[in-house]
Amino acid sequence: MAFDASLEMTSAGIAKIVLSGELDAASAPRFREEVERAAEQHAKRLVLLMGDLEFMASAGLRVLIFAKQKMGRDVDVYIVGAREPIVETIRMTGFHHSVVLVDANNADTVESL
Amino acid sequence: MQRIDVYPTHVYQGFKLRPGRPFPFGAHLVPGGINFSVFSRHANYCCLVLFEKGAREPFVEIPFRGAFLKTDGEPTWGEFRIGNVFTITVFDLDHENLEYGYRMDGPSHGAQQGRPAIHRFDRSKVILDPYARAIAGRDVWGQKPDWTDPFQYRGRIVHDDFDWNGDRPLEIPLEDLVVYEMHVRGFTHHASSGVKNPGTFAAMRAKIPYLKELGINCVELMPIFEFDEFENSRLNDRGEMLLNYWGYSSVGFFAPKAGFASTARMHDATMVADELKTTVRELHQNGIEVILDVVFNHTAEGNEYGPCISYKGTDNATYYMLTPEGYYLNFSGTGNTLNCNNPIVRDLVLNALRYWASEYHIDGFRFDLAAILGRDALGYPLANPPLLETLAYDPILGKCKLIAEAWDAGGLYQVGSFPAYGRWAEWNGRYRDTVRRFLKDDCGLSGAMAAGLMGSPDLYSGRGPTASINFITCHDGFTLADMVSYNWKHNESNGENNNDGANDNNSWNCGVEGPSDDSGVNALRRRQIRNALAMLLVSQGVPMILMGDEIGRTQQGNNNTYCHDNELNWFDWRLLHSNADLFRFTRNCIHFRHAHPVLRGREHMRNRDYVGSGYPDLSWHGTSSWKPDWNGNVVAFLLCGRHARAGSVRDDFVYVAMNMHWEALPFELPVLPAGMLWHVFVNTSVPSPNDAHDPGQEPLLANQRSFLTGARSVAILVGR
Repeated sequence: MAFDASLEMTSAGIAKIVLSGELDAASAPRFREEVERAAEQHAKRLVLLMGDLEFMASAGLRVLIFAKQKMGRDVDVYIVGAREPIVETIRMTGFHHSVVLVDANNADTVESL
Repeated sequence: MQRIDVYPTHVYQGFKLRPGRPFPFGAHLVPGGINFSVFSRHANYCCLVLFEKGAREPFVEIPFRGAFLKTDGEPTWGEFRIGNVFTITVFDLDHENLEYGYRMDGPSHGAQQGRPAIHRFDRSKVILDPYARAIAGRDVWGQKPDWTDPFQYRGRIVHDDFDWNGDRPLEIPLEDLVVYEMHVRGFTHHASSGVKNPGTFAAMRAKIPYLKELGINCVELMPIFEFDEFENSRLNDRGEMLLNYWGYSSVGFFAPKAGFASTARMHDATMVADELKTTVRELHQNGIEVILDVVFNHTAEGNEYGPCISYKGTDNATYYMLTPEGYYLNFSGTGNTLNCNNPIVRDLVLNALRYWASEYHIDGFRFDLAAILGRDALGYPLANPPLLETLAYDPILGKCKLIAEAWDAGGLYQVGSFPAYGRWAEWNGRYRDTVRRFLKDDCGLSGAMAAGLMGSPDLYSGRGPTASINFITCHDGFTLADMVSYNWKHNESNGENNNDGANDNNSWNCGVEGPSDDSGVNALRRRQIRNALAMLLVSQGVPMILMGDEIGRTQQGNNNTYCHDNELNWFDWRLLHSNADLFRFTRNCIHFRHAHPVLRGREHMRNRDYVGSGYPDLSWHGTSSWKPDWNGNVVAFLLCGRHARAGSVRDDFVYVAMNMHWEALPFELPVLPAGMLWHVFVNTSVPSPNDAHDPGQEPLLANQRSFLTGARSVAILVGR
């Protein structure tokens, strides 16, 4: 499935990006653009909704770090509902230290984001 | 500022190109494309061959010289070479989905496989870049390769960036290290490890708490450069598949072994790098350094019968030591010998090490068969080997540990004489042999043993005890449990009629060959294991422990398990429960060493009192205090705590009595300074938990004048 990323800013200044399809080197710039847009609007928090993301390559992982760097260390990056292989990839490559992984079934937490 | 040299100048079959940059060698991401650069002195033709990931046929082959188009469509001539370096930048490639190699041609004079030849160029083959930083083809460990694929080992592109989070190499002083020699796969692959993704870097991360509890502050990883576990793979007569499990056979010097990464199944080279870097980062966060066992003495290409993977087809005459007829010189015992002191090869080795030190934050290197690195192109030992000197003085490697296995398979034995340049340490093979012989009560070894215990000043005068990596066991040879259970090697399962592996094991089976139900034999074995560990951990120098010896790992008497991907090599975590007392003993001895700087001198002992304590820094004793017996089977010594670190710190006094006699002997204890009393840390003749007390909690010794050291036992007392 083709990659898509769409940004939505909430009134509370929270940036939500819905990701779907395959995030690889070819599509990573698209994701990066959305992150840049969120940063320009001084988002207080970045929430990445990954329920429909099918695959993430190392180029995609790098955008997560880019997001942290672009938005500042005090802006938390949440990853919500990522599928198990993607969570596993994030853990094995050590990127879980830079983001907060949230299970989509954890309704309370998701709601509070 | 936008660079002005990032635009294409040429087009070939729709691919946009421009002359590349020769440095650095390899394939690197540059703005808009990938820069390829490869050296060959003798090639007269070179072509870049690009594949989609896993594809059998390339999607384009771009020559480095020939007819091209300009970007406006006009025909033009192009040559992408500077000196002996072919270099080109190709734009708009999908680097995540790319694999690459080269086709080269040059003088070959009809070279054939199996025949000697100086040059082995073969235009029909696609070859691996010697500087490939990621290699595909053996991504998932043990997955049988498709041998019909003409391009087996494929270069891949890797991102260098990583979020190190402030990590840097730890630079722990060499004298403070306790090294743990381990195999990445073997450490966690056993089902009992209970971790996810067993056998990988990620799984190793999950076991860091174990290493920490043991007290290890340095892991030495057996080869993690990309190797082919299927090299010489075969079935033995039991029907077991034998593999190149240890990996002492490099395919590439810059690429991590993908099969050790849990992420390798994603076929994404950068993830493999990320996983390894994360592992290094977490080890560092836990105070554990990482030393790599590096194999630069030979490659996986074998002799004239072996495969052409990379170096043979790139520049055989440069990379290998050859006879004038073109046979491979074989100082490594594996078919070929890398021509290490050729300036090009020297650069390859140097660049690889710089890369690992800077890109992966590696803390040091142990060089397999390092004596080869001091030989010239015809194999003669050099008085002042340029490679060893270069490594010793290199700025980037300036704080790395450099450790030589100071011998080779060609008979060059340099323990004590390896060209050190004030930097190099050595695996002290003589220490190993002496301790083993002393342990089994060979005659008259107390004098030699004393030298070993003091960091071998007879070998390393002027270099200090840290030149001596002390070990009793390593991956080569028996495990510690087997060293006290077997007189002879039992390598039948290696499929070589028990002819492989060393015969000079200096081992003693304690009366029965192999497993025994004799309680006396087993008690003696348990004691001998503890004696060995105690000796190792009170010796000046740098102790190295073999993975699993702390839990009594056995290889069933096999002393050369290079080919076994099975229980012979895997760390069985159940032993941690069944041999919990041995683990505790080892842990306490390691923590005792960490607690006592007097055991970890930077300089050799002077055997005199230079701080005015009334005691020499080191004094030798026997069953009578101050009266050593230099030809017996008893050694005792006293370290004066006031002389710790050459008198710069104050430590307790430490007294060690080693009785390898078959009967218990009373040792008269040296008198301590007023106000100090002897406490018992280790007594290997008593059962756990009194065999080693928790450091700092040692009980007071009732009889302060004499200690009865049991038969074949070691006692360590601490005076405070």
